[in-house]
Amino acid sequence: MRAFAELLDRLSLTPSRNAKLTLVRDYLRDTPDPDRGWALATLTGDLTFDAAKPTFIRKAVEERMDPQLFWWSYDYVGDLAEAVALVWPMRPGANREPELSEVVEALRTATRAEVQRLIEGWLDAMREPRERWALLKLMTRELRVGLSARLAKQAAADLGPVPVAEVEELWHALHPPYEDLFAWLEGRSEKPTSDNPGRFRPVMLAQAIDEAVDFAKLNPADYSAEWKWDGIRVQAVNERGVQRLYTRTGDDISRTFPDILDAFHEDGVLDGELLVMRDGKVATFADLQQRLNRKAVDAKLMAQYPAAIRAYDILAEGEDDLRTLPFCERRKRLEAFVERQHTPRIDLSPLQPFSSWPDLADLRAAPPEGDPQIAEGIMLKRVDSIYEAGRPKGPWFKWKRDPFLVDAVLMYAQRGHGKRSSFYSDYTFGVWTPSPEGGRMLTPVGKAYFGFTDEELKQIDKFVRDNTVERFGPVRSVRAEPHAGLVFEVAFEGLQRSGRHKSGVAMRFPRINRIRWDKPPREADELTTLERLLEQIEAR
Amino acid sequence: MIRPQDLLCPRPEGLYCAPGDFYIDPVRPVDRAVITHGHSDHARSGHGAVLATPQTLDIMGERYGAQFAQAMQPAEYGEVVNRDEVEVTLVPAGHVLGSAQAVVRWKGLTMVVSGDYKRRRDPTCPPFQPVACDVFITEATFGLPVFKHPDDKDEIARLLRSVAQFPERAHMIGAYALGKAQRIICLLREAGWDETIYVHGALERLNALYERHGVDLGPLAPATTGRKKDEFAGQIIIGPPSALQDRWSRRFPDPVAAFASGWMQVRARARQRGVELPLVISDHADWDELTATVDEIRPGELWITHGREEALARWAELHGVSARALALVGYEEEDED
Repeated sequence: MRAFAELLDRLSLTPSRNAKLTLVRDYLRDTPDPDRGWALATLTGDLTFDAAKPTFIRKAVEERMDPQLFWWSYDYVGDLAEAVALVWPMRPGANREPELSEVVEALRTATRAEVQRLIEGWLDAMREPRERWALLKLMTRELRVGLSARLAKQAAADLGPVPVAEVEELWHALHPPYEDLFAWLEGRSEKPTSDNPGRFRPVMLAQAIDEAVDFAKLNPADYSAEWKWDGIRVQAVNERGVQRLYTRTGDDISRTFPDILDAFHEDGVLDGELLVMRDGKVATFADLQQRLNRKAVDAKLMAQYPAAIRAYDILAEGEDDLRTLPFCERRKRLEAFVERQHTPRIDLSPLQPFSSWPDLADLRAAPPEGDPQIAEGIMLKRVDSIYEAGRPKGPWFKWKRDPFLVDAVLMYAQRGHGKRSSFYSDYTFGVWTPSPEGGRMLTPVGKAYFGFTDEELKQIDKFVRDNTVERFGPVRSVRAEPHAGLVFEVAFEGLQRSGRHKSGVAMRFPRINRIRWDKPPREADELTTLERLLEQIEAR
Repeated sequence: MIRPQDLLCPRPEGLYCAPGDFYIDPVRPVDRAVITHGHSDHARSGHGAVLATPQTLDIMGERYGAQFAQAMQPAEYGEVVNRDEVEVTLVPAGHVLGSAQAVVRWKGLTMVVSGDYKRRRDPTCPPFQPVACDVFITEATFGLPVFKHPDDKDEIARLLRSVAQFPERAHMIGAYALGKAQRIICLLREAGWDETIYVHGALERLNALYERHGVDLGPLAPATTGRKKDEFAGQIIIGPPSALQDRWSRRFPDPVAAFASGWMQVRARARQRGVELPLVISDHADWDELTATVDEIRPGELWITHGREEALARWAELHGVSARALALVGYEEEDED
């Protein structure tokens, strides 16, 4: 348990992805079975047991120590699990720290009352607050160490090393504590079989096209084009009676979308965009958000926000794995498959014919149904491309449409994390609004922390330090007046109304497009510019 | 009947001893001062006469220049010094080099001013020595049950594991320039780290002072810009806490920010400061040490100078020791710079 506690502790404070990978990989390499498998299941969220409520542990502490002293401690620390871990008044007797596997097995099988007694005993046996903290986090199933399931799988794959796609494809055939997986990764046994129905197939991703370089080298006749839809990429699986809906990282979201899975009549695996669609017409991303991240859905919600898949690829049909067929062949199979399902819940992403790159550029400038929110741009797929997991260079490209732009004024800057902790790298920017006194004032409209080069970061950092008005912990307010301040050209992908923002609007994917050292803040945009844009988007 | 407050009482300048006419760790310039240790919130310049251990006087001279007071009187540990009718003895406090408790005796009444102290072994100074007394005047910097400092050897082992795990990165430790930095260096040497340790310029004079007083720190070198970034890969660098997020840190390859402080026990504190590797190593007594010390000395009365007085006072009352919070101002939470 101690090694696992140290891992969680470090993960929770390590900002960089690569450092997290190193921490998890080294842990998996150095920890014996079955502990490392239980740890992996914990990190990927595949460990299921009834989470214990932290309230009982509070009672246990208060039986052991003065409640007033505990209250001051809790008040100071702010987090119940952490406060308990730190103050735990140990009773002598227990002297053997439990292994992770012992803890996990007990949590999975014991009754609630037994679990409470066990946890008290374990807390007594653990010498370090860090371990007690890890135990309590595990018990409440709220790790919050900032690690995605995919990154945990990547760390496991690095043991081989094998491509993470192989681990992902196997994943749903495996069960904790994954001894067969580790045996294979360490070359001690054959690869476990992945021929289980309903499994996730790792997805193929597209490279962003570099307009200046790539088009000159590519022949339009080799590619087919279709819209890049602004929904959520999913994989729908109907196989030997098993129905699953996965996100592109392999998270199982089947329970949230039973309406879609019910629409399948035949066995097959589709790759497509999850959208809310009414009468064949795509609704906004905000509508889709009403259906996402819900534990349960009811008929009313499904009727109000009917979900559908706009399919663009087929990976399996009946017993056949189609991934080694060229795209043009798969497309024919896909069209026939969708036709046969004959349901409004599954339709086709239509191919967009074009003869030259300028031709395609014209199409991209005029999105379907006149709505810039619906299609994010264009996808280009080589007609002979096989379906290859990962992001291979060449077969698939995405050509996003030009972003919206606005000139905004830097108002606040915050220190970054990790490598950027000595830099002010997170910027809150604002646009002009009428002030109560009749003049103009700046109102924050968004926050961005990328889009600039390292060299530009140094320059902005210097500007922030030289023009600080006030400091609040890691945040500095920066001089922002009509004649003195810094203007950013901010690029963003979309706009939504927002009650949480003072300005009433929220940007999607804002980033710094250009630093306008040349532009005085008084020439930055006004909020009305954004409001007009929002009206155009909504007036569809 | 002699009352303790006739011997020592709090005033805005600090704890005042009327029969001896001196202050202990005054926060403003006074005529006569007894200084427990060299941290700048306890040892200030501009007093008339200063009584302290030779090490503490040396530290003050290094910080403020040789003329930091009009007269300096060194007192070795255990040496009895008379101040008018009062006997003053300095006794080891185990906090940093030269740190002392001030034992004050007058007409059969003994009061001990702990200054800052800890109960654990520290390779850079002699251990805290408990003295039986009528009134024990303690600090309470870490006076909450959440503060239970782990074994410093385990913390150093964690640091060295991280150095081995990330050989391409530098490990940069924020440590208070007086005491903590030198203790960390000694602990690293005891753990077998024989490499050159790179230090921030702010530590150089105090490191040299410790070496003059017989504390061997092993090979040190300035972490100057003259070196290539790659040369710091796999190395350990020590600087004052403020340097962690300063532009100074940019000269190192992808540094792992570590911070050696008792405050690092609380995760939110580590997160606020962007610390990636918190090292819970403190020169103050933790909760268990504070309460064990009160239990061991069993003073007639416990006075609490600074820190989290209310929790320690409550604990003392619950355990049959009458306690009083003095609420002295001017002593900062160390390591907070």
